[in-house]
Amino acid sequence: MEKEEKYPLKKVLLICSKGNLEDVYAALVMANGAVMEGIETKLFFTFFGLDAITKKTMNKLHTATVGNPAMRMPGGLPFPTLLGGLPGVEAGVTKMMKKEMEKLDMPPVDEFLELIEAGGGEVYACKLAADMFKLKKEDFHETVKDIITVGDLYAMCDGLGTQIIFT
Amino acid sequence: MTTKTIANIKVEVTEEGYLIDSSVWNKEIAKAIAKEEGIELTDKHFEVIEFIRKKVAAGEGLTIRGIGKSGVVDAKTFYQLFPGAPLKKATKIAGVSKPVSCM
Repeated sequence: MEKEEKYPLKKVLLICSKGNLEDVYAALVMANGAVMEGIETKLFFTFFGLDAITKKTMNKLHTATVGNPAMRMPGGLPFPTLLGGLPGVEAGVTKMMKKEMEKLDMPPVDEFLELIEAGGGEVYACKLAADMFKLKKEDFHETVKDIITVGDLYAMCDGLGTQIIFT
Repeated sequence: MTTKTIANIKVEVTEEGYLIDSSVWNKEIAKAIAKEEGIELTDKHFEVIEFIRKKVAAGEGLTIRGIGKSGVVDAKTFYQLFPGAPLKKATKIAGVSKPVSCM
């Protein structure tokens, strides 16, 4: 019988391209989880994902209440799209999400990035998107190690047991 | 579940080497498990271990963030004390069950 070889995950590169609260947290939780397991971790932010590492916006991320079919009212009833468009509703829903997240010991974005960095994880910004949004290194949180190109990112993918995850 | 002799004491451990009965734990067992993990325990390690055992005894969940905010160590030092997978290693050495948290 053929011997089945296993290649445990050694390095993971996570790409976050969206700036919704839940999309950013999905990437942060995955990155932090990898760091916790002793997996070499690199977190790469691009396009609207840059909001998560931009000082001005990082702790003001929202969850979308319009165009989100999985959205429910407390109690489980469907969330009417029209209601989601009313002023203040998105802010209210976001506040509720954050409260629930805090209960599970999920930190605010800046603290989460610091936690990932403390464990040896690295955070990068995409050069093309930074140029597009006119953002410079000083606009980004201090955990951002560098602004890099796609080529730089792929160059980090060497080694057996490396995976790229796009969230 | 298997039986294993750690520091001359017969103990029952899980497949991954976590003590089944936390009450049999002592400092010698901690040192022996730590050695297997490649860690030489210092006083600072024991401070963290005591904190973990207290938390678990109180029925509270463990997270790296929580330990980092405990005042015992910060997150970075915690990672340095138990390199690789700190929460998994520290709980194993502390003789408590493996944490189930994603955080």
